[in-house]
Amino acid sequence: MDPEIYLDHAASTPVRAVARDAWLEAVATHHANPTGAHRAARAARRALDDARDVLAEALGRPPAEVVFTSGGSEADNLAIRGVLAARAGVAVCSAGEHHAVLEPVEHAGGVTVGLDDRGRVTPAALRGVLASVHNVSLVSLIAVNNETGAVNDLPALAEVVRAEAPGALIHTDAVQAVSWVDLAEATADIDLVSITGHKLGGPTGTGALFVRESVELDAQILGGGQERGRRAGTPDVAGAVACAAAIEATVGGRDAEVLRIAALRDRLLDGLRAALGDRVVPTLLGRGHDDEVAAGILHLCVVGVDAEALLFLLDAEGVRASAASSCSSGAQDPSHVLAAMGVDRRLARGSLRLSLGHTSTDADVDGALGIIPAAVERLAARGGG
Amino acid sequence: MVMMSGGVDSSVAAALLVRSGHDVVGVTMKLWGGPSDTGCCAVSDVDDARRVADRLGIDHHVFNFGDDFEREVVEPYVAAHANGRTPNPCIECNRHLKFDRLLRRADALGFATVATGHHARIVPTAAGLRLGRGADPAKDQSYVLHMLDESVLARLLLPLGPMTKAEVRRLAADLGLRTAHKPESQDVCFITNEQGRATFLGQRIPLRPGRVVDSAGVEVGSVPSVEMVTIGQRKRLGLAGGTDPRYVIDVDTESAVVTVGERAALEIDATPLESWKWTGAPVAGPVRVQCSAHGPVAEGVVEHDRVRWAAPHRRVAPGQSIVAYAEDPDGGPIVVGGGVVRGGPVD
Repeated sequence: MDPEIYLDHAASTPVRAVARDAWLEAVATHHANPTGAHRAARAARRALDDARDVLAEALGRPPAEVVFTSGGSEADNLAIRGVLAARAGVAVCSAGEHHAVLEPVEHAGGVTVGLDDRGRVTPAALRGVLASVHNVSLVSLIAVNNETGAVNDLPALAEVVRAEAPGALIHTDAVQAVSWVDLAEATADIDLVSITGHKLGGPTGTGALFVRESVELDAQILGGGQERGRRAGTPDVAGAVACAAAIEATVGGRDAEVLRIAALRDRLLDGLRAALGDRVVPTLLGRGHDDEVAAGILHLCVVGVDAEALLFLLDAEGVRASAASSCSSGAQDPSHVLAAMGVDRRLARGSLRLSLGHTSTDADVDGALGIIPAAVERLAARGGG
Repeated sequence: MVMMSGGVDSSVAAALLVRSGHDVVGVTMKLWGGPSDTGCCAVSDVDDARRVADRLGIDHHVFNFGDDFEREVVEPYVAAHANGRTPNPCIECNRHLKFDRLLRRADALGFATVATGHHARIVPTAAGLRLGRGADPAKDQSYVLHMLDESVLARLLLPLGPMTKAEVRRLAADLGLRTAHKPESQDVCFITNEQGRATFLGQRIPLRPGRVVDSAGVEVGSVPSVEMVTIGQRKRLGLAGGTDPRYVIDVDTESAVVTVGERAALEIDATPLESWKWTGAPVAGPVRVQCSAHGPVAEGVVEHDRVRWAAPHRRVAPGQSIVAYAEDPDGGPIVVGGGVVRGGPVD
């Protein structure tokens, strides 16, 4: 295999050594079902609850709020379907949500709020929708957009919900946010929060939904009543332990890491613009530490080339990136997020998401700058793909 | 670049090229995002293509040409039905997607050669490269590929041309390919068997009931949607029994009138053409003419706007393609021209 320049951390980031070691130790140690009554079971239960404490601490919430899930999509589905099953009313979400939120909301006949041209939900837009929809029971707003890196101002948006729809619960899909945003602060007034392990350096298949204890939520997986009746199924102890190790490392090093990654991202964008000029149209302009754009995601459109063709050439040269989100076949789907921001569909065909993470280095940026502009020029010269 | 649909043919085509030492990349086109149950374009087919590529040790990519497919194939298909024509969307997909859009993508990515698993042969003749029939008469696909010109044939490989389907399946089984026993894809990929053509068209255009009249203009039956009727049809016309079988000989969507006639009226001496293209030099004399994918072959002479049949020939629906073949002394039957049938009578 050729040397790899991995720029797809927003899709999945490499497992951290601490998480891998924690997972290996936990699978070797805890053979029992944590819901059992004997010593081995209690040991497993203890490991699970220690992991629960770590997750709770990372988000500044009580441990009893943590419901372990198989990842972000399950957490989102549990939040939306679980709340709507327990209380009548309409769900509202932003047009830029991940499909794990958008689909359950649309399936339930919910309503969407548009995005501004910076990919965010504005308080005014949210107020407008909430004022026109009766009996809103749930509002779901993504914390950091997975395609563009746009950061929603959750405290300000929560304030709008409390004023306009006082009976509604608020959920946020914070799957992309843990690495870049202080969620203890940003989600202080949020009732339900989804996270996943594999965007932090934990294993895929791990994650959690934080649910305020007072929230009525119907379990979507029924069975043995695990996770306080909110999610049945034998808990994945090793997965939870590894996820906890990953989130501890992520949150502990976050402030410094945001600055380090933002500097890499800025250099990557500057280099691409220097080489390609107007051919590069950044979707959002984050600089350094920025409250509006996550440090790890550089989304841009390359004028006159087709993203699929560009990704093909980049892959052949070792650069792993993506256009936006991939559909189940592996093809690139036109982005609903860019459409909601009003990005021209033709420009969006050249959509490229370069995302950085904990293993990213200066060498990755140098390597990418050595490959991407040349690939773009070559492709453009041959008709764009 | 090998186009891999996820079926047995393109799997074997890829395997043969890998075996003969080519540096191969597999590509599957995603063309249709809507429902499909006809064994084409489904996610499971992409999965099959990917797994075959894995097995062969080659890279596999999926390209989404959904917008192009909608514009070049689906919309014209719907518009043709609205105008009382009987289109062949597979031919348009070959013309616009497989052998145009994907070739442009291949150019941009630097692929000199493209291969597919079609059953047809590339025949070097004295006049240049020509498309020849595949070795398996039951599976020959030269009709739906008739539009391929020399510039495409020069960079195309069709490794299955000399093989029968049975040989292809046997080879797939010998190679342990998971697609060895996969059923054939059938019918139009974007129309589900479950919902059918009427439901699909009804979602996109108004379907209007039509009067069915005989050649004297006397109303003899009715149809629920005139856009669904095709030349030669003899069922679902609301006709009373007790007469000799009657067939649709004309469809006028504008006035929503379907004309039926007896068997003799279905046969004509010449079929009008709205377009015709010779592959090389025009052929003045008789050629062997085929009017559907695996239909019978009849002798005729192509004059600039019509095919004059050697013997009376069943009417062909407007919008259908007509392909002419001649016998190459060394290469067997080759495509010498093709065109599209026009509505109305010959002038």
